[in-house]
Amino acid sequence: MPDYTGREMMAIAAARQINDGDIVFCGTGISMLAAMAAKHICAPSSVIFFETGAVDSRLEEVPLAVADSRVMYGTAVNGSLADSFAVMQNPWTGRRVVGIMGAAQIDPYGNLNSTVIGDYSRPRVRFSGSGGACDVASFVGRTIIFMQHEKRKFVRQVDYLTSPGWLGGPGQREKKGLSAGGPAAVITNLALMGFDTQTRKMFLQGCFPGVTPRQILDNMSFEVDISRSREIAPPSEEELRILREVCDPQRLILN
Amino acid sequence: MNNAEDKLLDLTAAVRRYVTDGCHLSIGGFTINRNPMAAVYEIMRQRVRNLHLYAHSNGQGVDELIGAGCVAALEIAYAGSGRFAPTCIRFRKAVEAGTVAVEDYSNYQMTLRFLAGAMGLPFLPTRSALGSDIIKKWGFRASRRKSDPRLPNHKLVVIDNPFEGWGNAQRLVLVPAIQPDVTILHVQQADRQGTVRIEGLPFTDVEQAKSARHVIVTCEELVATDRLREEPERNQLPFFCVDAVVPVSMGAYPTACYRHYDYDPVYLNNYRQAALDDDRYPDYLDEFVYGVESHEALLDRIGIDQLSRIQADPRTGYAVGLDRR
Repeated sequence: MPDYTGREMMAIAAARQINDGDIVFCGTGISMLAAMAAKHICAPSSVIFFETGAVDSRLEEVPLAVADSRVMYGTAVNGSLADSFAVMQNPWTGRRVVGIMGAAQIDPYGNLNSTVIGDYSRPRVRFSGSGGACDVASFVGRTIIFMQHEKRKFVRQVDYLTSPGWLGGPGQREKKGLSAGGPAAVITNLALMGFDTQTRKMFLQGCFPGVTPRQILDNMSFEVDISRSREIAPPSEEELRILREVCDPQRLILN
Repeated sequence: MNNAEDKLLDLTAAVRRYVTDGCHLSIGGFTINRNPMAAVYEIMRQRVRNLHLYAHSNGQGVDELIGAGCVAALEIAYAGSGRFAPTCIRFRKAVEAGTVAVEDYSNYQMTLRFLAGAMGLPFLPTRSALGSDIIKKWGFRASRRKSDPRLPNHKLVVIDNPFEGWGNAQRLVLVPAIQPDVTILHVQQADRQGTVRIEGLPFTDVEQAKSARHVIVTCEELVATDRLREEPERNQLPFFCVDAVVPVSMGAYPTACYRHYDYDPVYLNNYRQAALDDDRYPDYLDEFVYGVESHEALLDRIGIDQLSRIQADPRTGYAVGLDRR
């Protein structure tokens, strides 16, 4: 079995979640690698799409921001922000979009915080803020979330709800007026988490090779169902080759 | 609305005329691309204070203006410089210290706010952020909003769809228009009259410009009017929106300008190190901002070797194989 890092496993686990034909909304960082890898691994006709307005970018090098000039090359259309968010708000196109994003905190219903730790008016730690994350989480058919598996990140209640997940549980999104979509998976450095279709609560879907369900629970501030957990296949040599040689040869994101 | 034939101005004069203490300013670009950095550095050198700054997802420009103490209030969706600073560092420090007031919106909301301003509407609706703290938590207190005629009374308003279920929406968020005193853009091409051509992604620059009372455009190339009018479908901004045209070579540096140059990883990494260290940051400002008299002088200091490394490759529009670690 080949050697690999936690970040490589995360990128590949996310890439495997992308279906052929999906329109993939990418944030900054590891989500771009996952989307790039997916095109070579399992979803050749998926479309990479950025909130900055770039549609189907020809990514010969990994962008370091969603506004990197690398996203502007070889696109179908270089639109504006007004265009890109309209694509997601419009249900005809929006339901085909899968959004990949990260955050500083997540709660059991997949609500995300990327704004502050502590009180909003005088935060202990300030983060970048929503960017397009809240828009994507509000609009699209399905979201995939990247997180480091740590107690301080998997919390009962987020300090600031930047991007709506399943809110308080079943029916809450519709009640507030959001689209029917919501978080589908959380990919961490240890595991793949899903959301129960009835309760909308997070559960352990699978552990990465060598990780036990106990370890998962030890790294969260809330309990999750671990009864459905299975071991996730390690990256294949071909998946690693694509990630390392095609997507990020300079290891700008992988390191 | 400005129909003058010739709006050429030097950067010092343009900033002095339009960017005044306490004014409401919006800057174009996105994170590490096409920020109007030459103008940002000139604002810093002129020690403009108490700016009310608007952006959607800005990085380097916002962070430098905050770092130099030019900004009192900020309305924004995102402050980050991609991998170089996932959260802008001087922004983070200022908000944690309580020296800058912040109002958070989503990116689409900020875009719609500029679009509403550009359209002459008081607000526009969206379905974004329902159920989130962007709706519930306000950065500017209600009392401040009531007493300041330049601020709307509400951060935003949630309403039931007045057309009942039409359009499959039950509830909507209304976001208030922005009408800045001045918007500054950096673009690839403009003519003396102010017609603008942006290459690559326009971001929200067009809406930001159209929403503002005054617009300063800095450009890589000053182009003859006849040449821009050979292919008008490639132009985004009509001349009457623009008040000042300032040719500035590499005017977005150290951020990127598609088909001209890439972002400078060396500068941005050096900036990050300085920004993290409160003792070193004044030295950064002295060396790279206050200690140079113009953007040209900054570029001289960086040197032709480094600048040639980030020159865009004509095929792709960026510096292929650039060491970006």
